[in-house]
Amino acid sequence: MTQHVDTAVRRHVTVAASQEHAFEVFTNRFGAWWPKEYSISEAGMANFVVEPEAGGRWYEVAKDGREYETGRVLAIDPPERLTLAWHLNGSFQYDPDPAHASEVEVRFIAETPTRTRVELEHRGIERHGGDADAVRGIVDSPQGWSYCLEAFATHAAA
Amino acid sequence: MEALGDPTRLAIFELLAVRPQPVRALADALPVSRPAVSQHLKVLKESGLVADRAQGARRIYRLDPTGVAAMREYLDRMWESALAAFATAVEDQDGEQRRDRKR
Repeated sequence: MTQHVDTAVRRHVTVAASQEHAFEVFTNRFGAWWPKEYSISEAGMANFVVEPEAGGRWYEVAKDGREYETGRVLAIDPPERLTLAWHLNGSFQYDPDPAHASEVEVRFIAETPTRTRVELEHRGIERHGGDADAVRGIVDSPQGWSYCLEAFATHAAA
Repeated sequence: MEALGDPTRLAIFELLAVRPQPVRALADALPVSRPAVSQHLKVLKESGLVADRAQGARRIYRLDPTGVAAMREYLDRMWESALAAFATAVEDQDGEQRRDRKR
C-alpha cells in the first residue's frame, strides 16, 4: 500500500506574550511548564531541559537526579521556530536510531507585539511503529485521522 | 470492543485519554470505590488498552501507546495538555513582569 497517510498531530495555542518571550519560555524554561504527569522517569520529574542549539539534548531530569533522554534539537531559529526529534517509542524507551524518530516542529508567529500564535506539528509518528493493522484501521475509519479513539479500540481488539 | 462495553470502564478509558493518572485520581472522579477502579483497570490492561508504570510508591495508568494509532492519540492528547500548560506559564510570567515594571 503506497497511499500517503498523514499521521501528524497538529495543535496550536495563542498566548498573551511577545514572540520572543513565548519562544524563550517554551525553549529555555521547558521544565517550568511541561506537565509533570508526562514524566518518563520512575522517580517523577524534577526538570525538563531543551539544550538551545542544533544537536542539543532534550531530556527529563528525575527527582533522583537521573536523566532520561526524550530526543534531540534538530534546528533552532529564535524567536520563530524550534524543531525537535522525538526518540521515545510506544513503550517510552529511548531509541537512538533517527529512522525511528518523529519530529516536533514548533512555530512562533507574532500576531501583535503582545500576542503570539504557537503552532505545533508532531509528524512522522508512523516511524515509531510499523504496525500495518493500526495504520489501516485509521485509514478505514470514517473520521480519518482527526479522531481515532475508535480505531484505537479496533486495533487493540485485533 | 468488549472491555469498553462496561460504562465504568469506558469512563476510566476516557479519563486516561485526557491524561495519565493514578488509581486514586480515577476513583475521585468516578462514583466507584478504589478497589472497583483497580478491578476495571486490570481488565483494561489485559485487553491491551491501558498500560501502567511505577512512579515512586504509586502506579500511573495511561492508554497503551503501542501501535501507531494509539501512539498518535496519546501524543495528540499530550500536546493539547502541554500547550495549555505552556500558555498558563507564559502568561503568568508576563503578569509578573508587568507587576515588576510597575514597582
